[in-house]
Amino acid sequence: MAQQLCINQGECRTGQFISLLALGGLVILGALYAFFTLEHHGHILTGMTNQIVWGLPHVFAVFLIVAASGALNVASIGSVFGKQVYKSRAPLSGMLALALLAGGLAVLVLDLGRPDRLIVAMTHYNFKSIFAWNMIFYNGFFAIVGLYLITLMDRRLKMWSKPVGYMAFFWRLSLTTATGSIFGFLVARAGYNSALIAPMFVIMSFAYGLAVFMVVQSSMYRWNGIKLDEGVRRRMKNLLAVFVGASLYFTVVFHLTNLYFAKQWEFERFILLDGGIYTTVFWVGQVIIGGIVPLILLFMPRSKDAQSMCFCFLAPLLVILGGIAQMYVTIVGGQAFPLVIFPGHEVQSSFYDGIVNAYSPSVYEWLLGMGGVGITFVLTVVAVRVFKFMPQDDFQTLQSRRSTD
Amino acid sequence: MSDSMNTKQEDRREFLKAGALVAGVTLGPGVLFYGVAHSRAPEEGASSNQRWGMLIDTTKCGDGCNDCVTACNTENGLSGHTGPQDSQWIRKVDIKDLRTGYVQSLPMMCQHCENPPCVDVCPTGASMKRADGIVLVDRHSCIGCRYCMMACPYKARSFVHEPLTDQNPEVPRGKGCVESCTFCVQRVDRGEQPACVEACDAKGHKAMIFGDLKDPESEVSKALKSTDSVEVRADLALNTGVRYQGI
Repeated sequence: MAQQLCINQGECRTGQFISLLALGGLVILGALYAFFTLEHHGHILTGMTNQIVWGLPHVFAVFLIVAASGALNVASIGSVFGKQVYKSRAPLSGMLALALLAGGLAVLVLDLGRPDRLIVAMTHYNFKSIFAWNMIFYNGFFAIVGLYLITLMDRRLKMWSKPVGYMAFFWRLSLTTATGSIFGFLVARAGYNSALIAPMFVIMSFAYGLAVFMVVQSSMYRWNGIKLDEGVRRRMKNLLAVFVGASLYFTVVFHLTNLYFAKQWEFERFILLDGGIYTTVFWVGQVIIGGIVPLILLFMPRSKDAQSMCFCFLAPLLVILGGIAQMYVTIVGGQAFPLVIFPGHEVQSSFYDGIVNAYSPSVYEWLLGMGGVGITFVLTVVAVRVFKFMPQDDFQTLQSRRSTD
Repeated sequence: MSDSMNTKQEDRREFLKAGALVAGVTLGPGVLFYGVAHSRAPEEGASSNQRWGMLIDTTKCGDGCNDCVTACNTENGLSGHTGPQDSQWIRKVDIKDLRTGYVQSLPMMCQHCENPPCVDVCPTGASMKRADGIVLVDRHSCIGCRYCMMACPYKARSFVHEPLTDQNPEVPRGKGCVESCTFCVQRVDRGEQPACVEACDAKGHKAMIFGDLKDPESEVSKALKSTDSVEVRADLALNTGVRYQGI
């Protein structure tokens, strides 16, 4: 039994496995503590207000959900586009997608004002609400990707992996479109209200999801003392670079469009020039750390014997940090900018109209947000230990295909 | 034989009398209470033959006067605190035209849109519009996701951040739910005016006129017909139930 439980490892390192579980478990415990405290005392203990209604928990939740969809990318490229290198990584990709979604959704649910009414959300649907559609997409994602994983891992069902893979591919594109539309469909706020947000979220999900996949893959290889094939590594880093570049492109187009509309000038000035923390997080976090530096790292010429650190671990790690920064600017920055109720007027009221809304997350929000990461981490650690998720490359085939692909 | 027949009939009579008395005592208060508590039978519900709305004349709104806000707080059991996490269903907004420098003061609350974004985005349907146009939150199905607060163009909604005590029984509120101006629906259903309108009248400003927009004879309809009024953020085409005159 013990042998079966460490199928992926060259040697069974139970002590280290337990340590990882304990670390993740501790983070989850912190989130549970925050949840029960907030459940008892209310959101008065958070930094969220009637002006900044979605805060740090939503930043983590939306990032994890968007990354979940993107993590499935690797499997899709394998099943839908038939690339062998990605096919052998499909199970890991599917499992990561499920773990990320579980983490993201947990944060979203635990932050609700009435989490005890989750059953209401599951039984009462307002089909005009994109949020309601998202609930269907999220639940469906678990079912479809779960099924997809089964077809990938059970030899008898292998022939189904392609059609189910197609279904998962279209489903997750819809999911990310719907997630982006949560913001895109907000008619009144200057920071949202754009059809561009949905496709932008799709392309960002490709980058964030692949980045998470590469970090996990690198960790697994390092953990087991295996070296990733150079061809596979090069292909994945190039793909990540394409996605990061495309995300930057969408960011540029989004802001350029806004800059062309006079009514959006104030908002653009806020995000790009004088929005304080939001301007800093945008330029330093989203653009430089999450975009330009990873691109430089990914394309920097390196000698053959150089270690893979920069390529396959650091660069995606920076993309992840940049992704969280992007979510912070999009979600919190979009609300911090005052809602324009009377265009062309200076506005003042007891309800904080017309001023930049302040937000400083409390420890409970950090605990909740990190809890989502903790859930993803623990699910991943358990899954890679119990199941055969380690990519099984056929190196001879790889060698022969490298010249043809 | 006849004696026993008579006794039986008397017994039956006594039993029927006692039964009627018990039934009367049991049902009477209920019927009486029902009559007192409801000016309108619940099965009647809100009717789409009406649309409640309001016209606010900003030129009559007193600068520095806060009576509508105070009346709202008292009627609906709000604390009246103005911290960033406190509920405010109606607020006084001071606006200054950036080009002309013209300064005005006006009350801002839920605009009871015909096409409310808050209702569109609510995942569970808790945010809803009554047949008579009043936009409400169903406190039993609100999950506290706050998406409606993101969607509202008027920042009209508040989230209850902490447990509440001493609530007005007519206006149930709850921690973890979103809430906003109800046009004092409990008063409107009794045929009364919203508390803010009553307070504004009492102060002598008469800046707020409330009534049925679908009734051409109502004061609000006549006023709207005879004067120029605007919707706030008319560009969004929400057809608000609250309109402003003078801005």
